[in-house]
Amino acid sequence: MKFSLLSLARNAVSGQTAGPAQWRSPQPRAVYDVVIVGAGGHGLATAYYLAKEHGIRNVAVLDRGWLGGGNTGRNTTIIRSNYLWDESARLYDHAHRMWETLAQELNYNVMFSPRGVMMLAHNVHDEQVVRRHIHANRGNGVENEWLSPEQAKAFCPPLNISSDMRYPILGAALQRRGGTARHDAVAWGYARAASAMGVDILQNCEVQAIDRDATGRAIAVETSRGRIAAGKIGVVAAGHTSVVMAMAGLRMPLESYPLQALVSEPVKPCFPCVVMSNTIHAYLSQSYKGELVIGAGTDAYVSYSQAGGLHISAHTLDAICELFPMFRRMRMLRNWGGIVDVTPDRSPVIGLTPVPGLFVNCGWGTGGFKATPGSGHVFAHTIATGTPHPIAAPFSLERFRTGRLIDEAAAAAVAH
Amino acid sequence: MLLIPCPHCGARPENEFRNAGEAHIARPAEADDAAWADYLYMRTNPKGVFIERWRHIHGCGRFFNCVRHTVTDRIIATYKAGDPRPSLDVLRAWSEHAR
Ligand SMILES: Cc1cc2nc3c(=O)[nH]c(=O)nc-3n(C[C@H](O)[C@H](O)[C@H](O)COP(=O)(O)OP(=O)(O)OC[C@H]3O[C@@H](n4cnc5c(N)ncnc54)[C@H](O)[C@@H]3O)c2cc1C
Ligand SMILES: [Zn+2]
Repeated sequence: MKFSLLSLARNAVSGQTAGPAQWRSPQPRAVYDVVIVGAGGHGLATAYYLAKEHGIRNVAVLDRGWLGGGNTGRNTTIIRSNYLWDESARLYDHAHRMWETLAQELNYNVMFSPRGVMMLAHNVHDEQVVRRHIHANRGNGVENEWLSPEQAKAFCPPLNISSDMRYPILGAALQRRGGTARHDAVAWGYARAASAMGVDILQNCEVQAIDRDATGRAIAVETSRGRIAAGKIGVVAAGHTSVVMAMAGLRMPLESYPLQALVSEPVKPCFPCVVMSNTIHAYLSQSYKGELVIGAGTDAYVSYSQAGGLHISAHTLDAICELFPMFRRMRMLRNWGGIVDVTPDRSPVIGLTPVPGLFVNCGWGTGGFKATPGSGHVFAHTIATGTPHPIAAPFSLERFRTGRLIDEAAAAAVAH
Repeated sequence: MLLIPCPHCGARPENEFRNAGEAHIARPAEADDAAWADYLYMRTNPKGVFIERWRHIHGCGRFFNCVRHTVTDRIIATYKAGDPRPSLDVLRAWSEHAR
């Protein structure tokens, strides 16, 4: 079914019953050309571009749970591309540009909302780092501009710019075309479009082992729904990547941590943009439902608990109450955690692995939602051709051996 | 907030400690690039029983090792830095209790 004004009107009068299932739920086949492990946004996008741009349609996307139930469905949906290093700027801006037309591309409303992402500077060091980013970004053709405290407040009226704050605001970087999108819709849109081209999405299908032949090549996955042979296997399992790669005998440069988010009770529109502060660790936007969507930090230790400590979210709320005094009496409705896969340089790993037939796309850590379309796009190319897409090439696993790290950790502090 | 039993000071709240990552990673005396990358960057990152280091920065200031289950976060045991890594059998027995 194609979504249009007409289909919308028809559904409105027929009680929203006309909508067919958005994707097929087939039984697993015995063999696929490509098996993608992980039906998050990145895995589904990979399958979509494999089918659409490379004509590889005999593809399955496997998930141990439901599609989009990992970090894709748990994140605070901030989209921006003002990363420091050239390699990162190219990768994230490639994705950012794709967001701008993604709803049309998928015929699915992903609610991309370029409402502006503002990153605060609270001290001299912050200001220097932010200004350095702005110059680097401009050199790469990525818009980013410096705002004075007054300009920042004009852009975001709830902001407290008084000088008696513990961490006063000295200015901010603003990427005007940054913003948010609807997390679930991205997964659903890619799933629907990929399924329509013949991609099988297999939910509740956990990969438990990876089979290799005598030459060491990865040839099949053993799953909770049986053995599935594959010409190529792409692992896109976010926080569980180390677990899946260990099935092929590989150790990864990853540590998994719970990262938390929370939402408030819904209120009328009062917050026009996205605000981030790396220094006091808070980030915030308002959803179309009216909830404040708040990102907290990671726990200090490796964990798969998908919960996170209460003191981590309390810390973020302290910062938010100081930055936006008008939210001091807001009640929080829900908080949750996702397991993020963090690399030493806070940049992703996209590419081939030492095991022939096995590809990996991981390490997006706390900030990969924004990259979803671009990540799928370059990873599909990498799998289809067997050579890294030029934009993905610097992000190889090899970089940890050669030492050519892309150190966004030092560049971007904690948050993404 | 975890309650962490420092082998020197007893059980204290997590915010007195700093986590220091996977334990028992020895710096190789001699290493080619691949071994060096493994030492610096590759981590076990297991879903299950894990041995990590903590430092009691707001206490005795000392490093120690901690065996924790990464799904339940339950701490199975702590022991002093320099003490040998528990054997596989011991770990297996411990993990049965931590599920
Ligand atoms: C609280 C929070 C806030 C965030 N905020 C932002 C933000 O504002 N902006 C931003 O850009 N990014 C943000 N991120 C990061 C972002 O969510 C992720 O980088 C991104 O969604 C990763 O997408 P993915 O498709 O790779 O992973 P996921 O959506 O996690 O998909 C991986 C899938 O693999 C499946 N899987 C795992 N193991 C197996 C197995 N053995 N067999 C089969 N399937 C398996 C999982 O079930 C899961 O569905 C945030 C993350 C969190 C947790
Ligand atoms: Zn102590």
